[in-house]
Amino acid sequence: MKIIVAGCGKIGTAITHALVGEGHNVTVVDIKGAAVEELINRYDVNGLTGSAADYDVLLEAEAGKADLFVSVTEKDEMNMLACLFARRLGAKHTIARIRTTDYNEGNLGFLKQELQLSMALNPDLLAGQQVFNLLRLPSAARIDTFSGKNIEMVELRLKQDNPVCGLTLWDLREKYKGLFLVCYVQRGEDVIIPDGRFTLLADDKIGVIASPGEMQRLLKKMHLTTKTARSIMILGGSRASYYLARRLDFLGKSVKIIDKDPVRCRELADLLPSVSVVEGDGTHQDLLFEEGIRSVDAFVALTGTDEENILLSVFASKLGVKRVITKVNRTELTGIAGDLGLETVISPKKAVTDVVTRYARALNTAEGSKIETLYRIADEKAEAIEFVVTPEFRGKGVELRDLKLQPNTLIAGISRGRKTLIPTGSDTIEPGDRVIVVTAGRKLVELSDIMAGGRK
Amino acid sequence: MNRRMILYMPLQILKVAAAVLLLPALVGLIYGETRHALVYLCVGAATFVLSVIGQRVVKPWTKVIYAREGFVIVALTWVLMSLVGALPFVITGDIPNYVNALFETMSGFTTTGASILTDIPAMSHANLFWRSFTHWLGGMGILVFVMAISNMGDRSIHIMRAEIPGPIVGKLVPRARETAKILYLIYMGMTLLEVALLWVGKMPLFDCFIHAFGSAGTGGFSSQAASMGAYDSAYLQWVVTVFMFLFGVNFNIYYLILVKKIGQAVRSTELRTYAAIAVISAAAIAINIRSMYATLGETVRHAAFQVSSILTTTGFSTTDFDRWPHFSRTVLVLLMFVGASAGSTGGGLKVSRVMILFKSMHREIMRLLHPKSVRSLRLEGKKLDETVVHNTLNYFALYMLCFALCFLVVSVDQFNIETSLTATAACFNNIGPGLGAVGPTASYAGMTTLSKLTLTLAMLLGRLEIFPVLLAVAPATWQRK
Repeated sequence: MKIIVAGCGKIGTAITHALVGEGHNVTVVDIKGAAVEELINRYDVNGLTGSAADYDVLLEAEAGKADLFVSVTEKDEMNMLACLFARRLGAKHTIARIRTTDYNEGNLGFLKQELQLSMALNPDLLAGQQVFNLLRLPSAARIDTFSGKNIEMVELRLKQDNPVCGLTLWDLREKYKGLFLVCYVQRGEDVIIPDGRFTLLADDKIGVIASPGEMQRLLKKMHLTTKTARSIMILGGSRASYYLARRLDFLGKSVKIIDKDPVRCRELADLLPSVSVVEGDGTHQDLLFEEGIRSVDAFVALTGTDEENILLSVFASKLGVKRVITKVNRTELTGIAGDLGLETVISPKKAVTDVVTRYARALNTAEGSKIETLYRIADEKAEAIEFVVTPEFRGKGVELRDLKLQPNTLIAGISRGRKTLIPTGSDTIEPGDRVIVVTAGRKLVELSDIMAGGRK
Repeated sequence: MNRRMILYMPLQILKVAAAVLLLPALVGLIYGETRHALVYLCVGAATFVLSVIGQRVVKPWTKVIYAREGFVIVALTWVLMSLVGALPFVITGDIPNYVNALFETMSGFTTTGASILTDIPAMSHANLFWRSFTHWLGGMGILVFVMAISNMGDRSIHIMRAEIPGPIVGKLVPRARETAKILYLIYMGMTLLEVALLWVGKMPLFDCFIHAFGSAGTGGFSSQAASMGAYDSAYLQWVVTVFMFLFGVNFNIYYLILVKKIGQAVRSTELRTYAAIAVISAAAIAINIRSMYATLGETVRHAAFQVSSILTTTGFSTTDFDRWPHFSRTVLVLLMFVGASAGSTGGGLKVSRVMILFKSMHREIMRLLHPKSVRSLRLEGKKLDETVVHNTLNYFALYMLCFALCFLVVSVDQFNIETSLTATAACFNNIGPGLGAVGPTASYAGMTTLSKLTLTLAMLLGRLEIFPVLLAVAPATWQRK
């Protein structure tokens, strides 16, 4: 597919990286020549220097022939204008990053309709949601929800004292007797899609899929905290902080936001009357003590600087805060954050990239078994994808034990209406179901791709 | 520095080269030269086996390469290709001396067309075919060829930049591989068209291919001692004149025409300048030599052919231009340095570089008049990045330095300055014949081994535009830091 990515910042780069990996023909556009040059050197893409909302630049990039036009420049207005022009020139689908809170409230639908946008991206909103989910389950390193919200995938790091260490997956099922499935294991550099004989070890990262209720029960049995955080300290008054605080506040949690910009603090205080906003420099430990960092359940670092987030998160962990969540946007720093003992690192960039990747891949589908959700998991070495099953699916009605699957592929969950199935050999896939597939080292476009022999 | 990749990639290319050696073997079989066919087959097989083994040994951990790996890979590939490509000449006994064979092969791959052969018709068909086919491969670039037929990874742009000549190398389409494919399809299509047109003009089919390869790669090896002068047909000479000119045009122009952006193609200032240089030089020479030929048609034909041949750095000839008056010969020598367009198969400085040099010069003069003035240079209607201007100036300085050094070494041979200078210029700019003792009717056979090796290096420097070769031998490139 021909895709144009306007804006070569952090997010633009991440999106380009993902789309090139998917095998698309990508052209990047940015007003800064050096940024374009950088991307051309790193990826097999073409580049153009100029404004994305410049008619001549769009013509030269052949926006009219693009299957997808993604605009993620600094400015929302520029993105909207670029997408509008591209659409008028004939681009089939357009995606714009729209961050400003005002645009994202009630009138987003209006904007999308009038600009004929296929999708509006809001990294901050995604980040806010991600943190919100993580606060719900303090022991999870990451939580991914699928549509309908009655099934979720939780990543856990197995510590030395975890009772499941040393058990095979069969033992695990015997012992805990519940509707759950371990769908991937990350051990060091490797990602494994395990079968029943697989033995879990300490320091493994495992992905567990279950319904939310079942998940609570399972975590309790593993002696992991399941208590939702009640008091939360958020460092940095970014937009993500705002979205997070709003949702937490709505549930009646006690939220405190610390930011050093007095103007931003005033804005936040106006927007969120029942949240306590503190103006001050979060890098001063005295201030953090004064504001009671020792007594909070959770500490979330959401400032604009990765380094600041990492350092203060380490500080909070040292003080014994139970739940520390760190926003790190630069991929290089994610590993370092892990080495420093920070377990829960979120990256808005990744979340946005997943969304765009999912959208681009769904456009490629011929058969129509639509991709609903896509998450790249375990350092992007594996994927969890939710498909809606169409009547054309070859394997419908076949018992799963008779279904020949590709290696390293697992049917991890089926949701049928309101019911959630953790599949066993006797279950079947029926049209209308939503099926969650976990796969390593393979890019699935359609549900039929999971079957040995591929699409026919 | 990804050292393993630096060895792995050239071996990968050698595997393709081994397969390409089957073509002359086939030609040998067709013309009943079984022994020569066998030699090509054996050299091909041995190269393939050794490359496969070599690749096992140096299998890289990662395929990530940066600009400097790209440069070194290209330089190393070209050297290896020439070393291997020279073998059949030696083994078949047509060119028994390895240094001579290497000179001939490097001259082929770099599309120079300078030859040490004194008796061309005595060569076997297989060898003649291989000699000219190296022109065709080297013209558009052997790595670009491999890029078109196999996936060379995300960062193959570095290799493309190092191999395709010109100050600015961009891709036609987002994917490097697709770009390489388009380039080669245009290249192949135009070559076949030329073969057909020559064949229509009653040239023997074998010679059609030889001369089409020669003009496509802007090389200049002919199967005849008198080059294109051996065919007493105005039609054939005009066909070759036009095709040499066409292969000296930036291939982006052909892509623009293919995607129906003819207006943009015609507006190209480099194309216009290139055409203007050709027309004006041909006219000047025609006036200068008018008394030497019987008819106006013949005068214009010879002038146009020689100008097209030298400007595009091909090196075919229809007449002994060494016997022309001084003015005409000087014009030809100057054209040697200008060269063809960037992004074409020709050599030399490239028209666009010359344009940038002139524009930069003009700006400096204006700056002397108005010290506070701020102006940016423009090329093809776009603002030129200052780094490109900077690179071009540096390239020119380096180019002159390398030229001077080669000239100095070659002058150790007891030839006159005219011969030494034009021999160096003709090799460094990938043209082929020079003036005097290396004129169009003579050969490089009389040079000493030292001069031959120096000129071999000059050809490589000229084709790869100096930097890749320089980086490959610079100690700083190889330091583990």
